[in-house]
Amino acid sequence: MPLKLSDLNVGDVYREEVCNNLSRTQIVQYAGTSGDYNPLHSDEIFTTQIAGYPSVFAHGMLSMGMTGRMLTNYVGDGRLTAYGVRFTAQVFPGATLTASATIDAIREENGEHFIDLSVSTQDSEGVEVIKGQASARVDA
Amino acid sequence: MAVDKFPIEAGHIMMFARSIGDANPIYYDEDYAKGTEPGGVVAPPTFVQASAQFDPDYFLRPKIGQEWFGSAKGPTGITPKEGGGSGGGSGGGLHAEQHYVYHKPLVAGDTLTATVKPGKSWEKEGRRGGKLMFSESVTEYRDLTGELVVTATSVGVRTERPATS
Repeated sequence: MPLKLSDLNVGDVYREEVCNNLSRTQIVQYAGTSGDYNPLHSDEIFTTQIAGYPSVFAHGMLSMGMTGRMLTNYVGDGRLTAYGVRFTAQVFPGATLTASATIDAIREENGEHFIDLSVSTQDSEGVEVIKGQASARVDA
Repeated sequence: MAVDKFPIEAGHIMMFARSIGDANPIYYDEDYAKGTEPGGVVAPPTFVQASAQFDPDYFLRPKIGQEWFGSAKGPTGITPKEGGGSGGGSGGGLHAEQHYVYHKPLVAGDTLTATVKPGKSWEKEGRRGGKLMFSESVTEYRDLTGELVVTATSVGVRTERPATS
């Protein structure tokens, strides 16, 4: 359901758990659908012995995709006008992530109404793994 | 990534939505989707990343008949060359940022083209010393009428020294 202007205030926060105990299999699933088969995300032997990381880790784009689900659940389908993130920490198997969107601004442009959101996704220790912003069209 | 033809297929959208843990029926149920504002099955906000599947040269996909740098019998499938290291780095640096601007909904049945142009590049001193080199690439996804659907800006980062050292 699209958001309605009269229900919105600057500072409103929407929050959703976007993954719980992230499995290696889900990371493989994402490799398969996105087409990014970088072994750093699925190949423990390569990742630990050649690349020197403690284990395989999720694609940044998987975290962005899961965070995007929080956004579309909040603003409604087809309402996002922009969505951008920085990947601020790696996400390893077992992660539980919570994504949130906070209304920074409510504005009008050419007779249409938009909200600007700051976006943050954190793991269960409070480490921010995604920091970003998004904008969406809302109903008058 | 530059792609001549990126078909937005309903089955691909369904699988992509599953892989990001999104059970929203607008990504797989045509009857449900008809009754929504977009009026059909649409793609999730990060779906255009999957255009890699339609880039014949995408370097993070194993190619038939070519060595693959991930593990096989040994920890990397790349045969060491005389005098050279075993390599095995992803070669693309790390993905630092991703930004999308949505011009109109991306609907199943569309076909897109993707053209890439380089963006800005800049340097920053890393926290653990050594330079971080950032570079931007801007991909424009257009439908067959030439109308812009999504603009994607990707920022990659490389360290002065190889990340695998």
